Amino acid sequence: MNDMSPPTSPDSYQTPDGRTIGPVVMEMKNITLKFGGVVAIKDISFDIREGEIRAIIGPNGAGKSSMLNVISGFYVPQEGEVWFRGARRPQMKPYQVAEQGIARTFQNIALFDGMSVLDNIMTGRLTMMKSGLLSQALWWGRAEREENEHRAQVEKIIDFLEIQNIRKTPVGRLPYGLKKRVELARALAAEPKLLLLDEPMAGMNVEEKEDMSRFILDVNDEFGTTIALIEHDMGVVMDLSDRVVVMDYGKKIGDGTPDEIRNNQAVIDAYLGVAHD
Amino acid sequence: MPDQLLFGMEVVLNGLMAGVLYSLVALGFVLIFKASGIFNYAQGVMALFAALTLVGIQDGQVPFAHLINAIFGTELHHFGWHVPAILAIILTAIVMVGFAWVVERYILRHLVNQPDIILFMATIGLAYFMEGFGDIMWGADIKKLDVGLPQGINTAIDETTYNWFGYGFFIDNLDIAATIVAVLLVVSLTLFSQYSKQGRALRAVADDHQAALSVGISLRYIWVLVWSIAGFVALVAGIMWGAKSGVQFSLSLIALKALPVLMLGGFTSIPGAIVGGLIIGVGEKLFEFLIGPLVGGATENWFAYVLALLFLVFRPQGLFGEKIIERV
Repeated sequence: MNDMSPPTSPDSYQTPDGRTIGPVVMEMKNITLKFGGVVAIKDISFDIREGEIRAIIGPNGAGKSSMLNVISGFYVPQEGEVWFRGARRPQMKPYQVAEQGIARTFQNIALFDGMSVLDNIMTGRLTMMKSGLLSQALWWGRAEREENEHRAQVEKIIDFLEIQNIRKTPVGRLPYGLKKRVELARALAAEPKLLLLDEPMAGMNVEEKEDMSRFILDVNDEFGTTIALIEHDMGVVMDLSDRVVVMDYGKKIGDGTPDEIRNNQAVIDAYLGVAHD
Repeated sequence: MPDQLLFGMEVVLNGLMAGVLYSLVALGFVLIFKASGIFNYAQGVMALFAALTLVGIQDGQVPFAHLINAIFGTELHHFGWHVPAILAIILTAIVMVGFAWVVERYILRHLVNQPDIILFMATIGLAYFMEGFGDIMWGADIKKLDVGLPQGINTAIDETTYNWFGYGFFIDNLDIAATIVAVLLVVSLTLFSQYSKQGRALRAVADDHQAALSVGISLRYIWVLVWSIAGFVALVAGIMWGAKSGVQFSLSLIALKALPVLMLGGFTSIPGAIVGGLIIGVGEKLFEFLIGPLVGGATENWFAYVLALLFLVFRPQGLFGEKIIERV
């Protein structure tokens, strides 16, 4: 039963800028999430394709973050199915979702403040370290070799995100913009099959936003990472993403390419407000 | 050198060594508090339980002998064998890991996201449960613990100091052994937490639960790990205290001595637990030596608590604790 793939219309296609978008990796089917009497997400379905940048947008309180939390296992929806890489996902703890290859960042930054930048990023590779407790405790054989291999990978990411000079700094001392970047680095260190970014540019100035946009595009381009992101800034979203889901009051009101979304009357109404008669 | 000064030096040395034993108990508290924010009231009882189990295994005692005999009318007491100390220590460590698993499975798992005070209450309950459980399992009589640690006056130090100063220092071999073991324990714990994958995961959980989950760390696994390590530290503390003063109920009360140590050193700092223990150890011995005679003695009973109280007034986060900053 579990090997049945969700329906996929054209298997892969080329984007205008020459990237290949693959088949569907993640599909949300009729997701409904309630907190007591409050319905945060109401019967929403959408999919994420391999290699694409997928945005979820919507006004405050639309349920965007809740949707991301459903994908990453922090919230369990009352109804609906989550399909990942062709199989229906059973109910999972967040750490199991992470082990499956879904990494995320948080809206309010969740880093380990007491640890150095390097150590923070190294935690991103925990799911990939295979040596056992005893080997680790005695620092014997596999453990040491493994640590060095992972360290090399992490250094690559550090170079990629241009944070070499803060490698040893405790994260708690960094300014906001850099913290966001370290969080991205930690998520990347897991070599995720799906990267979830919760408002990667919230609270940043124009320059920092440009940097972050560049990094997101580079990550997608260089590693072919599939990215799903939530963002408030409409301009940024339209420039970055291949496809956009628009949510309002927990419902999906639009789904399509940035151009389609720009001309969608329901979206325009939700963002600009509309006179009710 | 004047006799008083020499005697004072001896007091300081002995204080330092007593302090090491306080540090050992405090260390167990810090480990659990850092990783899960729980103040584990049962840490002292864990030391007692570990020591009881160790003696029981070593002597080949039949666990729950009293209970079994009462129900079945048998006369079981001993298996009749004697387990070597090192093997008994390993077996006891395994028992403590099992204990950690049980604590996670039947207590912590059901109290996730509860306020700290609820978790604290749970550990009080756990402490009383274990006290009784230990009694039923191994009997309530006072036991002698002997794992082959050297005991009695260190004659080498006594003679050397006598030749130098004309006054021999009295240093107990057991205290020296305890100091060496404590140093080894702290060094290996530090290395483990700094350089191993599990250590990194442990620090991550101590820092931020949500972020730890998002990078694929299972909180349950870490809790079992941390309680196992705390159980092992309790075992070491139990061995040292047990060898010093016998394995008996009062062993569980050493937990109370760890409280002022923690207030001094800070609840979240391993070096703090060490330094705090040493300060309390030296402080109370020196105070008793200098001021004790003026106020009629027995100051060791209260000195540590008064010192801790002063610290609470002037530096509530302790010497090494994280600063308490409330953002407005």
